[in-house]
Amino acid sequence: MTKSLTLTRRTLLAGAAATTSLIAAPSILRAQSGPLKVGVLLPRSGAQAGIGQDCQRGVDIAGPILKGLGYPDLQIINADTETSVDVARSRAERLISEGAQLLVGAFDSGQSTAIAQVAEQKGVPFVINIAAAPPITEQGYKFVFRNFPTAPMILGDAFANQKELFETAGLAPKSAVLLHVNDTFGTSMQQGVAGVLPKFNLSYKIVEQIAYDGTARDLSVEISKAKATNAEVLLLVSRLNDAILLTREMVKQRWSPMAVMSMGPGWYEDQYLKTLGKLGDGPISFVPWYDPNKKVSKLMVEALAKHSPEVNPNTNHVYTFEALMIAADAFKRAGSTDPKALADAIRTTNITDNVSIGSGIQFDAKGQNDKLKNAAIQNRGGKLVTVAPKVASDAKADLPMTAYDKR
Amino acid sequence: MPIDIYLNVAVSGLLTGLVYGLMALGLSVIFGVVRVVNFAHGEMMTIAMYLAVLAFSVLGLDPLVMMVPIAAVLFVFGYALQAGLIGPFINKPEHMQFILLVAVAVILVNVQLIVFGPDARGVQTAYSYDSFAVGKLIIDATKVYAALAALTVSAALFVFFRFTEVGKAIRACADNYTGALVVGLDVRRLYALTFGIGAACVGAAGAMMVVIIDVTPSLGPAYTLLAFVIVITGGLGSMPGALLGGVLIGMTEAMAGLLFSPSAKTMFAFAILVLVLLFRPQGIMGKRAA
Amino acid sequence: MIARLIEGTSRRGLVLLALLLAFLILIPFFVNDYLITVLILIFYFAFVGQAWNIMMGFAGQLSLGHALYVGLGAYTSAALYVHFGVGPWIGMLAAIPVAGALGAVIGFLAFRFGVSGVYFAILTIAFCEFARVGFDHFRWVGGSAGFFLPVAQYSVNDLWNLRGKPSMFYYVILGFTVAAFIICHLLLRSRMGYFWQAIREDEPAARALGINAFRYKMIAVVISAGMTSLAGVFFAFFYNNLFPEQVFHISRSIEMILAPIIGGVGTLFGPILGAVILTGLSETMHEILHLLGVDVPGAKAVFYGICLLVVIVALPDGVWPWLSRRLGLSERK
Repeated sequence: MTKSLTLTRRTLLAGAAATTSLIAAPSILRAQSGPLKVGVLLPRSGAQAGIGQDCQRGVDIAGPILKGLGYPDLQIINADTETSVDVARSRAERLISEGAQLLVGAFDSGQSTAIAQVAEQKGVPFVINIAAAPPITEQGYKFVFRNFPTAPMILGDAFANQKELFETAGLAPKSAVLLHVNDTFGTSMQQGVAGVLPKFNLSYKIVEQIAYDGTARDLSVEISKAKATNAEVLLLVSRLNDAILLTREMVKQRWSPMAVMSMGPGWYEDQYLKTLGKLGDGPISFVPWYDPNKKVSKLMVEALAKHSPEVNPNTNHVYTFEALMIAADAFKRAGSTDPKALADAIRTTNITDNVSIGSGIQFDAKGQNDKLKNAAIQNRGGKLVTVAPKVASDAKADLPMTAYDKR
Repeated sequence: MPIDIYLNVAVSGLLTGLVYGLMALGLSVIFGVVRVVNFAHGEMMTIAMYLAVLAFSVLGLDPLVMMVPIAAVLFVFGYALQAGLIGPFINKPEHMQFILLVAVAVILVNVQLIVFGPDARGVQTAYSYDSFAVGKLIIDATKVYAALAALTVSAALFVFFRFTEVGKAIRACADNYTGALVVGLDVRRLYALTFGIGAACVGAAGAMMVVIIDVTPSLGPAYTLLAFVIVITGGLGSMPGALLGGVLIGMTEAMAGLLFSPSAKTMFAFAILVLVLLFRPQGIMGKRAA
Repeated sequence: MIARLIEGTSRRGLVLLALLLAFLILIPFFVNDYLITVLILIFYFAFVGQAWNIMMGFAGQLSLGHALYVGLGAYTSAALYVHFGVGPWIGMLAAIPVAGALGAVIGFLAFRFGVSGVYFAILTIAFCEFARVGFDHFRWVGGSAGFFLPVAQYSVNDLWNLRGKPSMFYYVILGFTVAAFIICHLLLRSRMGYFWQAIREDEPAARALGINAFRYKMIAVVISAGMTSLAGVFFAFFYNNLFPEQVFHISRSIEMILAPIIGGVGTLFGPILGAVILTGLSETMHEILHLLGVDVPGAKAVFYGICLLVVIVALPDGVWPWLSRRLGLSERK
């Protein structure tokens, strides 16, 4: 009894000591110079584990590439948000208390907003890798930067690229059906369509909009409904698992639209291509992408091939990598790890030697990179080719899509 | 909308419902007898699905062939779980059983995440994309197979519980716990056996499901909830009830998806559940509780 | 009232309680914002745990859908703030009746139609899921795209609009928790508290004694729902964004009942102790895995699950009943 009691006391004391070090740590770390400490927050377990772990690849390959480009060293501290806003927020606090001078993350709009508040409060810059909900950069934050297009930007580029593709292929489809997942991203996109589409004067009219539940176990009625509209073009905003399910249903229900056009994730992802084999070919995705002709893109593709040979480079890698590039660039120009100086440096970012499509990385007054351009990519033979815009393309689109029963 | 879409959706809803029923059978068996809320139901099914994926990718074995072996593996798992962990909680309040199984579920989901990674895994069989065309009606072949499996498994369960000595003994435990003890039945062993049988159903269902949907670790919790909705709608402990509940939910979702917005279809499923709970709490096919 | 509060508590217990409160009030001056955030999480879960405990621990009605009331509170107050500029404290006055009313509807249906036990639990899940999908389509509050509260100044604490530093939120949630503790204490000692416990232990017997079980169960549900909605208001103004998929998700309902069950259902200190243990455990695991250099997503959750399993197998009644015996503090159940 006595023995166990002393043991408990000792453990308690050890705990207390550990706590004290937790409290004292930040001030010591803050004073240090040396590599910039970057806290990376990604949802690597929980519902978004797949995407979070994919983004992490962009982090893993960044170091050597950035070094090769003459950027200073970054010290990465990884954290898992467990796909939860609570955890995202407390992990962000923890990273800052551990001495992180800049934060990067967090794929999801909700988690990113939670982190943004911590960053703003602490005056630590936060570079969002991926998150498309428009309100994030409408909040007047001073330390939050987003190098990812908002939903209206994605839509604008998508429609411009669609117009280019249809004209090149000599097609003028009359009708389209929009099938979109009813989550944050899907709804932001759907809400944007009405405002953006008329500006582009496309040949088709959207005859029906069908919202579906991304976690549904069965999507047969969704496809039945879309098929019944007899639309020539299927427009989609989906996620990965539902993209696979929808494709299977299209094959089983023997429906092959002229074009399957996705304005979001899912339809180009490795898992999609691997799972569906030759049935995965054909869909065109309109996504924030890398410019295959840029120098750094080639470095990134090469490094990724070495790091994960089974994985095709995609949006997740591109924007997570670029977020770290922005951090390193700001650190180089600021010449200090002081968060305030870093934020000022990020505000004046002007990187032209980057990965994503467009003129480069710059931020507007709201902390949004408004120079981003999206590409149209098509699945072909289990690989991805860029088919639009012309300036950043490496292949011509296969349109109309080969019917599913003719493969 | 042309009339044939209603027919197509109705048939599809019926088949999906039978698939749902197959998935929920195991829960009905366990809850009907042991009266334990198996909140790790979906997670157990994802184990079976991963086993089927492994058997297919490593040994090239078709999931339909693997149904029986995987059911056997899950039987052992279920038996051990009941005998080792859940047994002492049988007469404890529901919230304690609930936490126990939630803990089991958390462990299972995350072990699967660590072992298999977060990406969806599936099998591509020769018949994965088959469909039968009957006039304007197009029927999904894999769902037909799964529906047949559902009917077979429930028929086997029916025969087992109706005609074998062990099955009758288990029913005796379910009907009258104290009575079963009095007449000298080894209730603990019978409960473990029941849990094993329920888990075996889950195993068979999982092997079948993997042809229809890819497996990810996060699929488990979603299926747990769906299984509850189905089993309670149909009537706890009733095999035909589970199938009927599945069909009712499947049809409701399909029709709600067709007539309203598919994104709201689960709302209709929950509405059915609420109505059943209020007006026929024992479920459509369930016996009135003693 | 104070006399009633302290009546029956040992002197030793009172001294410990006073010391604990002083410690909690002073602690923000000594720790960094990370630890304050952890403390906020602890008291958030302690508070909702106490609210849930009124229904389950006192009156014996198992709810697995309490995220519903958190969500209603959050959305009510956020909508008032965003659309009409009404501050959170007045928002609370609106959130309580909204959540309480829905609680009353659910309770009325369930108790009138004789839905009890596991069936009642499933009914609460059904309503919560119903709300989740419903709010997904409720465009006035953003639908599934999310509902964002405007974020303004952070450097200044604006208690009236709940805008400010973590330490301010800490005192708010600490205040909530202490108030909830006092209310629970008074309720448990009241006539109604004894009726509740009678219903919890044996409802037919309680009825036979002339207790209006329906009425008292309804009161428990309404109080519990109303209290839980306050946590929702806090949630909305702390995180400033609401998504139906997150707020109403069943995992949030489960999360919030872990603490009271681990701590001890039906006890006053159980929910608080449970929240300390679980949140502390979760954060400690991060630290341990970090120190060991383990960066495997999911590993933390596996250990967390194992700990949960061990606690519930070893102490099925919760940690507090055991601990209070060991510390020689008796708590009247």
